[in-house]
Amino acid sequence: MLENVVSVSPDTLAGEIAKTKYEGFRFVTMTCVELDADTAEVIYHFDRDFTLKNFRLKAAKNADIPSISHIFMAAFLAENEIQDMFHLKFKGLIIDFNRTLYFDDNAQTAPLCRYTVSQIKSPEPESIQNSGDV
Amino acid sequence: MQEAIQKTVQRTTIPFGPQHPVLPEPVHLKITVEDEIIKEVVPALGFVHRGLEKLIDIRDFHQMIQVVERVCGICSMIHAMCYVHGIEELMKIEVPPRAKYLRVIWSELHRIHSHLLWLGLFADSFGFESVFMQFWRIREKILNIDEATTGNRIIVSVNVVGGVRKDLSQDQMRWILDELDQIEQMTTQLESTLFEDYTVKKRTIGKGLLPSRQAVELGIVGPTLRASGVAQDMRQLGYAAFKELDFEPVTENNCDCWARCRVRYREVLQSIDLIRQAISKIPAGEINVKVKGRPQGEVITRVEQPRGELLYYIKANGSKNLDRLRIRTPTFANIPALFTMLPGMWLSDVPVIVLSIDPCISCTER
Amino acid sequence: MFKMTPTILKNFLTEKATRLYPFEIREPYAHVRGELVNNSETCNFCGICAAKCPSQCIKVDKKSATWECEPFECVYCGICVDACPQESLSQKELYRKPSAERQHIIIKGEIRPEKPDAPVA
Ligand code: SF4
Ligand code: SF4
Repeated sequence: MLENVVSVSPDTLAGEIAKTKYEGFRFVTMTCVELDADTAEVIYHFDRDFTLKNFRLKAAKNADIPSISHIFMAAFLAENEIQDMFHLKFKGLIIDFNRTLYFDDNAQTAPLCRYTVSQIKSPEPESIQNSGDV
Repeated sequence: MQEAIQKTVQRTTIPFGPQHPVLPEPVHLKITVEDEIIKEVVPALGFVHRGLEKLIDIRDFHQMIQVVERVCGICSMIHAMCYVHGIEELMKIEVPPRAKYLRVIWSELHRIHSHLLWLGLFADSFGFESVFMQFWRIREKILNIDEATTGNRIIVSVNVVGGVRKDLSQDQMRWILDELDQIEQMTTQLESTLFEDYTVKKRTIGKGLLPSRQAVELGIVGPTLRASGVAQDMRQLGYAAFKELDFEPVTENNCDCWARCRVRYREVLQSIDLIRQAISKIPAGEINVKVKGRPQGEVITRVEQPRGELLYYIKANGSKNLDRLRIRTPTFANIPALFTMLPGMWLSDVPVIVLSIDPCISCTER
Repeated sequence: MFKMTPTILKNFLTEKATRLYPFEIREPYAHVRGELVNNSETCNFCGICAAKCPSQCIKVDKKSATWECEPFECVYCGICVDACPQESLSQKELYRKPSAERQHIIIKGEIRPEKPDAPVA
């Protein structure tokens, strides 16, 4: 029962979000939902005059998602949280905690993913190595 | 001379928190200062992450009410209310009108005691201990009302899917009104101290400025936003019985710590007024309906917490356990405000400014 | 300046806002949800309370007729009291006293033969 849902792809995301900002919407938050072993869904919520507008982005778990934190600075916390909880990767985050927002360095689990098997089989070696201090 | 001073000024990074005498919450700030002036700030979280969203896997959707109440100790009732609104919408349950009014009464009681707690802590942050104790003394009355009417002092557990668990008798309502009169009188007595005292003004006026355009851009919510002159209050959505009650969002235009304090102070009085209205209008009747079936679908519900807009995203698949529960607490949205408020301020103002957004880090990390 | 002084002076003359807690206990309000007790006489070990408890601190074994509870995991919500079909559970008006040791409550009932009239919730 979500209203005003617009589907976007990683390519059209930045354009749509910038347009939303221009129309005077306020960034509310982002929600990530795991769909199956390989895909997750990121929902962006915006608000103007008490009406929500949502963007749905289907993303492959191993591909980078473009960050929107350069458009809405407030998104950086939500994106960092999703990185922690779902082991996704956002490209171009303005403040990147590199999966240390909630965790210690070198954490490899993705707590909110149910299909953790695929995560353990193919950990991303790069992102684990450079998870240094922020 | 000028040059000599300029040369000695170096950048230093000061770790602030997670344990700090004036911060009730474990947030860590890396503050870069030049001399005593703040240049940059980076917050770090992760000290109280509890993984409550994950509990949907082992608790069913009725049991989750008690879990979400524990996201925040101060506004537990409002968390539960937001959650049951979502479930009720998914299951298409119409809540009896009396239950809606009861929810308003208890949620406004929670707002009052949260704001009184904050007003006390805020006074404490600039060292005004006696105001701190006075506010907490008033707050005790609200906790007693909660204890007498619901059975618990803070985590009241009154919400169930389909209504509320406890009813208020006529006597209890009369008693609440009497207590509210006293609370109002005790609170207004402190007004002149809080807003006209020379020292308090010195510590709050002009500190931590957040212009309204920036506030909207950063997605700030709640009293922090309303202190920047934006009249946005999720109660205007008219959830529970709020659409039948008469109120205006409280706003102030100073954009500083003083204004944020003022907004919360006036909201205490507004909440008292709302409870009086609710008690005078409350209809008789059932307080809950029987619930059968299981939720299915996706829903977003929003309510106004003492700290601002609270958002729940619920995805259910028709089984006992939910698929996904996302809780966006107001402090999560308000932390970016620190990037605008802190730079340019003195290091000694950090506690006051950080407290002025009413941080609740345990909610933020869940 | 001196705006607090009248309030402070008044506080000297009025009664104290605090209590010396363990020595002086305020009358509890009626229906406060405190310590949980189970009456072993009426409990029929159906297990409904164990299924409903949000903190999952109750364990019931029907076969051996035992009811177990971890009292310090209980969050005093009263859901089990509302759910019990036998009205066997109740809550006292005072909270459980703090303790340095872990407590574990086990109630054993007599193993009753299968009753034809099973209670309906
Ligand atoms: S619900 Fe009541 S009767 Fe059933 S096991 Fe629990 S206490 Fe006993
Ligand atoms: S009061 Fe609540 S937490 Fe305690 S045993 Fe009963 S259901 Fe469980």
